[in-house]
Amino acid sequence: MPFIANTDAERREMLAFLGLDSMGQLWQKAQVPEPEFDFSQMPEGISELEVSQKLQGLASKNDNGLICFLGMGHYDHFIPAAVGEVLGQSGFYTSYTPYQPEASQGTLQAIFEWQSAICRLSGMEVANASLYDGGSAIFEALTMSLRTLRRRREVVVSEALSPIYRKMLDTYCASLDLKINYVPALDEKSDIEGILAAVNEQTACVIVQYPNVFGTIEDWSAALTEIKAQGALTVCSAYPSALALLKTPGEMGFDIVVGEGQPLGLSLAFGGPYLGYMCTGNKLMRKMPGRIAGQTKDTQGRTGYVLTLQAREQHIRREQAMSNICSNKNLCALAALVYMTVLGKQGLREVAQLCHNKAAYARQRLSAIPGVETLGDSPFFNEFVLQLPRPAESLLAELLKKGIAAGVPLGKYYPGRERQLLVAFTEKRSKEEIDLLAENLEALL
Amino acid sequence: MKLIFAKSVEGRRGLRLPASDVPAAELPQELLREQSAELPEVSELDALRHFTLLGRQNMGVDTNFYPLGSCTMKYNPKINERLAALPGFTELHPMLAQLPEGEQYCQGALALLYECEKLLAQACGFADSTLQPMAGANGELTAIMMFAAYLKSKGETRRKVMLIPDSAHGTNPASAAVAGFTCREIASNEEGDLDIEELKKALNDEVAGIMLTTPNTLGFYNSSVAEVVALVHQAGGLAYCDGANLNAILGRIRPGDLGFDAMHINTHKTLSTPHGGGGPGSGPVCVAARLLPFLPQPKVHKNAEGLYSLSEDAPQSIGYIAPYYGNFSIIVRAYAYMLMCGGNGFQRISENAVLSANYVRERLAPWYEQKYERSCMHECVLSASRQSALGVNALDIAKALLDRGFHAPTIYFPLIVPEALMIEPTETESKQTLDEFCEAMIAIAKLAEENPEELKKAPLSTPVGRLDEVTAARQPLLRV
Repeated sequence: MPFIANTDAERREMLAFLGLDSMGQLWQKAQVPEPEFDFSQMPEGISELEVSQKLQGLASKNDNGLICFLGMGHYDHFIPAAVGEVLGQSGFYTSYTPYQPEASQGTLQAIFEWQSAICRLSGMEVANASLYDGGSAIFEALTMSLRTLRRRREVVVSEALSPIYRKMLDTYCASLDLKINYVPALDEKSDIEGILAAVNEQTACVIVQYPNVFGTIEDWSAALTEIKAQGALTVCSAYPSALALLKTPGEMGFDIVVGEGQPLGLSLAFGGPYLGYMCTGNKLMRKMPGRIAGQTKDTQGRTGYVLTLQAREQHIRREQAMSNICSNKNLCALAALVYMTVLGKQGLREVAQLCHNKAAYARQRLSAIPGVETLGDSPFFNEFVLQLPRPAESLLAELLKKGIAAGVPLGKYYPGRERQLLVAFTEKRSKEEIDLLAENLEALL
Repeated sequence: MKLIFAKSVEGRRGLRLPASDVPAAELPQELLREQSAELPEVSELDALRHFTLLGRQNMGVDTNFYPLGSCTMKYNPKINERLAALPGFTELHPMLAQLPEGEQYCQGALALLYECEKLLAQACGFADSTLQPMAGANGELTAIMMFAAYLKSKGETRRKVMLIPDSAHGTNPASAAVAGFTCREIASNEEGDLDIEELKKALNDEVAGIMLTTPNTLGFYNSSVAEVVALVHQAGGLAYCDGANLNAILGRIRPGDLGFDAMHINTHKTLSTPHGGGGPGSGPVCVAARLLPFLPQPKVHKNAEGLYSLSEDAPQSIGYIAPYYGNFSIIVRAYAYMLMCGGNGFQRISENAVLSANYVRERLAPWYEQKYERSCMHECVLSASRQSALGVNALDIAKALLDRGFHAPTIYFPLIVPEALMIEPTETESKQTLDEFCEAMIAIAKLAEENPEELKKAPLSTPVGRLDEVTAARQPLLRV
């Protein structure tokens, strides 16, 4: 069922208009050779009913009934029904890049509103229309720093940045003439002294995460002053839900703020699509990659929106472009905008507060279990590290059998942390579920 | 329309959250933001009405013919949306598959990824594929990074030049540059194909490879593409197929059979997944056998008992392109579409896409110039050069189409055609729609001869008229 409109009679009529009797003749005229491969070897097409049954079958082989304490960058937040309702509107999802702004004002105004909302949340001055995800956004911030400080070829990265994002950076930077200095973390904290010691006149940027991968909230204000004294740019990868409550990266003085927008109304969906966001200050605006919407007027003086500053982009600059990115994650940015609108000023703050309340309760409850400890006493947002008396991996597998996805074992990413488990809490986790985690964990020890 | 921020009223709420079932916890004051983020304060109805009305200001495939060349704006089957929204898919945390024994809890999702990779590789004639790339340009970059890793493994690090035809999409040179290559442009010949003599002159031991859109962005199939690939291989380079135009050859030609080493596929073009106003798309990459060791990680495997798991044990892999396994929900849609089409359906897609484009081309031939007089594939590139002499350019024609209820074709691309109008009808549009579109194009051509000034005023029926892009760029206003 390939969704083709025309009937055989119409096809014959169209061929006749071209002066042809058969499709074979048209292939010949278009200089296309005969097929080498027999496509009838591939499975035959199936009906809508059959494909529904097949995919429902696959979906049912996934256990989405597990209680989820998994985080490390992607979180199980509640998504209001309004988000899906807007995304399902064909004006948004069946349109494309607003190349014709007069016929795409819906998309363009939504991008402009998204840029406004994410700037307000992060405390920054300008934002782009979005990037692929939080990890690739860090890479884009890195290359943006290299473009801004052309003679500098070193980057300092805290190992309290998500290990997944560090792996992505290693992949994306493989062909760049660049030295990445990774600075190990100290327990649940970033090694701020170590980072400052690694910054020199070759450093293009320093990249940190907020709250860091262990869930710890760190105030970078003082450190940023010292980093900037060396002329380097500062990049913060921030959890957007936390920013409703916490001191913003803008208030701390970061030059570029990026992050993963999934917590703002996007489902976990086994890896995506997710949403990279990027904000910066006015002075770096023209160094930003990706699409940007701007407000302007039409010939009659009416307000309208266009894609702007396009001289930065690949379709104009080709190999000299700021990035190879062409699309954005438009529908995902729309989801985040609708989420921020429906929750609003108070709702977003309440979600952040609920997340913190649950994590604080869980920390107290879990660390009361004999043999279980928490690392240090730093302030945390909704995620923290548990030190267990046994290797975390085997405990985790046993908890999965009880219907609990208890957290992310850190040993795979940080050698020496084999007994550590990273646990995350959102507004969706109830006291009952947290107690269940505690009881089951205690029973296994 | 007013911005959502202008509709905000202090204290208004759109969503009620549950009361906290655990004690409230306080964070140190010095770690908190000084003021709440000034997000809108509206009711759920305010929000829905605002966004619904905004959505209606867009043209989309469901409401308008959208012949945007090189974008393959085909119909987005509704069953795909419904299947991608199944909670068994949407609620899965991707980390689950990487936990010890965690893969048992997501066998359905892993099976879908595995089967989809194999199906794509088979349909395009390659050894395997990766679904990680998060968009077409991301797929290009992934493939070119694999080329770089392959060349490095062979000690061929002096190969730093990527050959790119002058008709290529801008992402090709941009992706090559991000992957560390310098670009050398190869001219097209007078038929619109890559000039083989120019290619031969460019080939040497510094050439890493070629990036070739097949069929090319002029909508032509180059019958010597296999020869081009062979020449690059003989010179020690690799050949990359930009699969943006796969819809033209799906079910007939497999790029792998032509000798290509890798290609990307835009699921939002050929495989019917929605364009979303500019993403999310998805850009899977297929590879030939010699690039298998370099595929991104983690990779799904199937064991003898039919169980699926992830592995990260390929030492030569380029690593992580996406945080996890790519745009999974988009892959669900693409997989459902491929299953519905089947091998025979693929064949019918390209046949109908090619027939429709040639029909439009032939109908408009008396009215619009064509730089190259030859049959096209899935899209035809016309030129408004005749109208331009009368003072009406491609942009004016685009705007006049909007007034007649059609989205405009791609304009001013490819760069090598003056006043280009690049029309891609796709197989899902009916003859009636094509006829109506052609009649509108003809009426516009006549108007250009009779009353060109009229066309300068277009569009008049859209929510706004032509917008001042110069001021937007000179005095950027990017937020409120």
